Amino acid sequence: MSKIIATGKYAPQLAVSNLDLEKIIDTSDDWIYTRTGIRKRRISQSESTLDLTYKAALNAIEKNNIDIDTIDLIIVATVTPDHFMPSTACLLQSKLGIDHMQVTSFDINAACTGLIYGIQIADKFISSHSHKRALIVGAETFSKVLDWEDRGTCVLFGDGAGAVILDGEEDKILSDYTNSSGDKLLHLNLPAVPLENPFGAEKKEISRYLTMNGSEIFKFATFAIKDSIDFVLKKCNLNIDDIAHIVPHQANQRIIAKVSRVMKIPLDKFYMNVEHYGNTSAASIGIALDDLYETKNLKSGDKIILVGFGGGLTWGSILYEY
Amino acid sequence: MVKEKVMEILAEELGVELDQINMNSHLQDDLGADSLAVVEVIMAFEDEFDVKIPEEDTAQLTTVQDIINYIESKQE
Repeated sequence: MSKIIATGKYAPQLAVSNLDLEKIIDTSDDWIYTRTGIRKRRISQSESTLDLTYKAALNAIEKNNIDIDTIDLIIVATVTPDHFMPSTACLLQSKLGIDHMQVTSFDINAACTGLIYGIQIADKFISSHSHKRALIVGAETFSKVLDWEDRGTCVLFGDGAGAVILDGEEDKILSDYTNSSGDKLLHLNLPAVPLENPFGAEKKEISRYLTMNGSEIFKFATFAIKDSIDFVLKKCNLNIDDIAHIVPHQANQRIIAKVSRVMKIPLDKFYMNVEHYGNTSAASIGIALDDLYETKNLKSGDKIILVGFGGGLTWGSILYEY
Repeated sequence: MVKEKVMEILAEELGVELDQINMNSHLQDDLGADSLAVVEVIMAFEDEFDVKIPEEDTAQLTTVQDIINYIESKQE
């Protein structure tokens, strides 16, 4: 019951190349590129997650001449907020100066699937007529939770934010799908605050860094992308030839190459920009979508599938018309 | 049968010619598989032979012979 009427993005200025990383850890441009498709990533030197969120939101608002006072729902998807409280969404609301009568703002945690979950939630709020126009931003500063001595993870990620605005005037979301499965073995793990109090709970030292079981996540990702694409196509009675572009979460070129072979979908149907940004978690689909809008000549009626997969485990997709 | 299918999958997934693969071929040293490619061939074996290959077993599957022995033992 809604339409994506705007996209926007922001990434910090500093682009760190694989060659730059060679200088601080034992890795190489060739090793990173052949395994991931990544050449560089943007890294925040001083900007907070809120700063990235704000700049991506402003980019979407200004490019598309959106009157900010029409926004009544703000959802920020992040696993790297500046604060547990207040939420990034509430701080974004204040920074944008959206202070009319009723605004609902909250953060969600669906890791790299965050934007898909956010769009699905917003579309349902709008469909129930409680809200009219939603700003959804996926934003991360992963650089602060990376172990920069672990070459298996720190080369993979980057910082950034991607935004979309949904409006209830038109109905262009054709199908939405989310799914999850508890990752009890913590194949993708980012620890929070350990329990510590004067009543017996002794502080346990826990890592503050992201850890990943790469091979298990690779397997999961190929399953999740296929499952997500199959679901929305079937639901709409469409086949892959009806789809102009697939915008997957930008984790790794090799995952997409695998899915392309398994599903017999031409590789160029998947829009990829992981080469320039690395994996920006919840930000990646929004950044890629904004790049797609800027670089491809999309036509009204073009069907696009957004696909997310990541920590939780979570996965899902949105099939919509441009 | 397992042997032929294993070799076929390796050739396809790793992009090498069938006649380059023998029982002693080492996935990473001889056939040029990197760590992700190993995951990809394991996934292909799981699909083809309908077996689950847990990660702790993957590390031991370094040659073609290892893989064939492993899959045959799983199928018994």
